[in-house]
Amino acid sequence: MSAPRMPVESGVPDPFPYMHPVMQKNFGAWSHHERPRPGVLCHTAKGGDKLWTVRAGTQRQMDLYTVRKLCDIADQFGEGFVRFTIRSNIEFLLADGGKVDPLIKKLQDEGFPVGGTGPSVTMIAHTQGWLHCDIPGTDASGVVKALMDELHEEFIREDMPNRVHITTSCCQINCGGQGDIAINIQHTKPPKINHDLVANICERPTVVARCPVAAIRPALVNGKPSLEVDEKKCICCGACYPPCPPMQINDPVHSKLAIWVGGNHSNARSKPTFQKLVAAGLPNNPPRWTEVAAVVKKILHVYKEDAKDWERLSDWVARIGWSRFFELTELPFTKFHVDNWRGARRSLNASAHIRF
Amino acid sequence: MAKEMHKTPMLDQLESGPWPSFVTGLKRLAQDEGKPYQNMMIDLLGQLEHSYETKKGYWKGGTVGVIGYGGGVIPRFSEVGQKFPDSKEFHTLRIQPPAGMHYTTDIIRKMCDIWERYGSGLVAFHGQSGDIMFQGVTTDNVQPAFDEFNELGFDLGGAGPAVRTGMSCVGAARCEQSCTNEQKVHRTLVNRFLDDMHRPALPYKFKFKVSGCPNDCMNSIERADMAVIGTWRDDMKVNQTEVKAFVASKSRKYVIDNVVTRCPTNALSLNDDDTLAVDNRNCVRCMHCINVMTKALSVGDDKGVTILMGGKRTLKIGDLMGTVVVPFMKLDTEEDFEALTELAERTIEFFAENALEHERTGEMIERIGLVNFLEGIELEIDPNMIVEPRQSSYVRMDTWDEEVDKWNERKAAS
Repeated sequence: MSAPRMPVESGVPDPFPYMHPVMQKNFGAWSHHERPRPGVLCHTAKGGDKLWTVRAGTQRQMDLYTVRKLCDIADQFGEGFVRFTIRSNIEFLLADGGKVDPLIKKLQDEGFPVGGTGPSVTMIAHTQGWLHCDIPGTDASGVVKALMDELHEEFIREDMPNRVHITTSCCQINCGGQGDIAINIQHTKPPKINHDLVANICERPTVVARCPVAAIRPALVNGKPSLEVDEKKCICCGACYPPCPPMQINDPVHSKLAIWVGGNHSNARSKPTFQKLVAAGLPNNPPRWTEVAAVVKKILHVYKEDAKDWERLSDWVARIGWSRFFELTELPFTKFHVDNWRGARRSLNASAHIRF
Repeated sequence: MAKEMHKTPMLDQLESGPWPSFVTGLKRLAQDEGKPYQNMMIDLLGQLEHSYETKKGYWKGGTVGVIGYGGGVIPRFSEVGQKFPDSKEFHTLRIQPPAGMHYTTDIIRKMCDIWERYGSGLVAFHGQSGDIMFQGVTTDNVQPAFDEFNELGFDLGGAGPAVRTGMSCVGAARCEQSCTNEQKVHRTLVNRFLDDMHRPALPYKFKFKVSGCPNDCMNSIERADMAVIGTWRDDMKVNQTEVKAFVASKSRKYVIDNVVTRCPTNALSLNDDDTLAVDNRNCVRCMHCINVMTKALSVGDDKGVTILMGGKRTLKIGDLMGTVVVPFMKLDTEEDFEALTELAERTIEFFAENALEHERTGEMIERIGLVNFLEGIELEIDPNMIVEPRQSSYVRMDTWDEEVDKWNERKAAS
């Protein structure tokens, strides 16, 4: 028998063989850019070369037919070079500006929305969900599809105050990351433990160590080594579930969705910010999660009406204050909005600054 | 001969609407007569519908890999495999894309051809990790699929307690705001640590992300253990002719309301002749004015990078932003890149030796304090690393004079 093939540890591929020639030629030598219309960028190099980018939304989880169709479009209407953004939009790169309009028409005819540039609601950063994750409290692709159907007009236009990044996450690990609006699973009941399986499947000290509030301890249950949870201390975060699947945290009724706003990765104007809780207790309701969509649309509507140009959602709330945010969005303000985790006092108002 | 399709009334509702439908794509694969993945995708749709009905996930992990590596394949075995036997193994290959996610249609087609032979036909561009996710492959097909991707010039990404797949923005390839060679930083760092990527043996994950400017399109401060962000230290560039043209086209009020008063350090002022005055000593390189006036304003010439460490999301102690450990370093010469690599080496070595199991770099810094961490990775303290000095007097300071001497020596040497 021949020796097995060993991998070539080539690591991150060199991008230059796959890069549009105008990008290669002008690498590090760009002058400025404009946005001639939603979904289109035009970059001008210092030497005068121009490069057009046409951006389109995809479903991210793509079948081979969709991927090959995008390649066909890039070959027939583009120049054979594409790239993807961090939010799963595809970008077609063109040296010939005359190709922009026919390419847009073709993409639209084939059902790919063109947009996601500038002050738009761009594609939602999403995770794996029921399709592929081992610990998901909800789906990802379905939530994103349902929401993007609702927000389609905001994707193809550029009439928000500033760009809006939405994220979804199917558990509190929050793979979707920070967003202007984040839609995340929030469990509301402690894990249900299958004591017959714990000893065989879980490394108990590891599970004990994972708990952020030290609510898990080893125990003998029905004569078997297992784990027990102090349900008064438990914050229902689900951190014990990945290392110990018999501690089932997902629940069809009690795993709810929460909405967080004001996460911002950019350093523009203010420093980067984390998202803050604004709504919770929303039902995990496939296939279209209409209750979640309604809250997201309400927040977006108020932001669009009230924010000034260039204000990200976080900038807008920083200006108008949280009290006005809850007033304008008509979302209930509860005791759960007041942080009590370590360092929480920094989130309290230690001043006489009150808006009336 | 294909088996019968499962009824999917809930998923069917996701086929309508203006956004492209992943369900329509899955069904297309499930209806692809004679293809090796057809029955797998029929059962995958069945299991997904079952999840929609019961509001629960049914995948569990396991151990699947390729020869020579300890990670990079995400194993998925179905817990309802008896009901949906043809998708009972549905693993993912994480494949690292070219830095900056550039592709020719030719290379994408070649990847599709491989995936048509061995996999499910389902692929995500890209996962949150920054990998191409080839989703859905049987245990037996993992090795041959990987071998062909590998022969094509592609390698597995990271998974588990390992150096993970990195990300870098489009940067110098297209963006005038680029202040560094993002793809080179990305490739230099990740490719130096392939052993730590492919053979997971760290306390927990370690991520590199690279953004070419402080707009930080890669979310590196929030999400990376080591964030490298392009910046500049000389004056930003102002084309006053273009400033005047911008004021003329947009109005003075627009410029005052959207540029001047939005500067976080009040470093901008509109002159009476509609030119712009910039207080560069107080500019913090936030990028806002440059983002608004793309033709008139641009980054300076003396470019380099700022490095932050310790960003991560919730588990276990709560969200942490990365914080500055290197306010500025040049990244022009091979020696500069060598210095960057050595810093990453010291950091990962210190992390490997000092972090607790399942503890991220940021949590370790929180536990031991920034000063101890900096000593461990041989960096000097700097006032740019803090928002403000200590407020608490509860600290023992009997080596104050020695620390003052160190500071004075550093100042004299610089």
